[in-house]
Amino acid sequence: MSNIVDARGLSCPQPVLLTMEGIKKIKKGEIAVLVDTDTSKENVSRASISQGWKVKGIKSEGTGYRIMIAKK
Amino acid sequence: MLRKFFASRWGIIGTGAFIGVFAPLLQKWGNPGNMGICVACFERDIAGALGLHRADVVQYMRPEIIGFVLGALIAAYLFKEFRPRAGSAPIVRFVLGAFAMIGALVFLGCPWRAMLRLAGGDGNAIFGILGLVGGIWVGAWLLKGGYNLGRSQETHAAVGWMLPLIMLGFLALMLLYPQPQIEGQTQSGVLFYSIKGPGSLHAPLFISLGVGLAVGILAQRSRFCTMGAFRDLILFRQTHLLSGVIALVVVAFITNLILNQFNPGFANQPIAHTMGLWNFGGMVLAGLAFALAGGCPGRQLFLAGEGDGDAAIFVLGMITGAAFAHNFGLASSPQGVGLHGIAAVIIGIIVCLFIGFTMRKKVA
Repeated sequence: MSNIVDARGLSCPQPVLLTMEGIKKIKKGEIAVLVDTDTSKENVSRASISQGWKVKGIKSEGTGYRIMIAKK
Repeated sequence: MLRKFFASRWGIIGTGAFIGVFAPLLQKWGNPGNMGICVACFERDIAGALGLHRADVVQYMRPEIIGFVLGALIAAYLFKEFRPRAGSAPIVRFVLGAFAMIGALVFLGCPWRAMLRLAGGDGNAIFGILGLVGGIWVGAWLLKGGYNLGRSQETHAAVGWMLPLIMLGFLALMLLYPQPQIEGQTQSGVLFYSIKGPGSLHAPLFISLGVGLAVGILAQRSRFCTMGAFRDLILFRQTHLLSGVIALVVVAFITNLILNQFNPGFANQPIAHTMGLWNFGGMVLAGLAFALAGGCPGRQLFLAGEGDGDAAIFVLGMITGAAFAHNFGLASSPQGVGLHGIAAVIIGIIVCLFIGFTMRKKVA
């Protein structure tokens, strides 16, 4: 798992900005986005979907979440 | 289920519509004109009630603000989202809060009131909203360039409780020292109460508090944010948050029509001035400061309620900024901008740009 965007502790709109950067960089594949609030979880999911990516799964991790997004 | 609904487009539209109904109603029940809810004005009134400034027309401990924070706290606990966190450039957030307030008081309203003024027919609000969008646009450009406030850290629950406890303290003071019933008396214990001007106009305490709590709960769930609405549109072409703001304006407009509170025009609007350039300029400063701080003043209250100690610092910065605004003659009045209002807007924009240009990347 090489593509990790760590947005923990960052406030709006950083988690989405970093996710978008990640998406732009690899174009397709898988990215794990780490966030620490529910707001960021919702925003990152929404933004990924709007970019044509799929949210493959969301796991609780520590006090936050690991969001797996992917595009084939 | 409920969680999903609030995160959906209907959740944010519902929140905007709720505010759109109840802000004009609060005005009907006693709040000032086109000021059913105004986060900046109400925090300014709180600064006045505490005697931090002595502008005797804007002193009242606004229960709506107390309700916003406590409502968000309740919602955060109910949905297990209370997350105490702090340490993301607090001093910068304080300064941004202070200048955001100074800009908002040159226009005479926060983004919420800008929308409510528009929905009440006040044409001057158009300049304010254009300024707001302009300021957010600059902020979005800085964000694209790598501006950020750094990471916050998880911390003790007590840190997240500080602003809610302060608000509970304010409520206790209000109950302990209620509005004086004797004519002409402006003080009750340690609290100041306006007997003229907008500070003297208010809905009954428990109605204000109740609406505040309801808005706090809904907005915490739906992440309602008037700054984010425009920022997300500019940065990501996303209209999610914007749909909430549009719902607020449309519903408030209809509610005003029904309540006979719609009076279109530019001159003689309630608690407003007609200096277009400074209605614009004040909100450029406010919009930029909100964008750099990551949320409109309402959103900062809701974030503080769910444990964000940095948002709490922004709120305290706003209350302090309000005190400066009135002590230094920076705030506008219906006659126009204050003695040093224009200078303050220019200095504020320079300070925000300094922050925006010097705090880049390095987010390891």
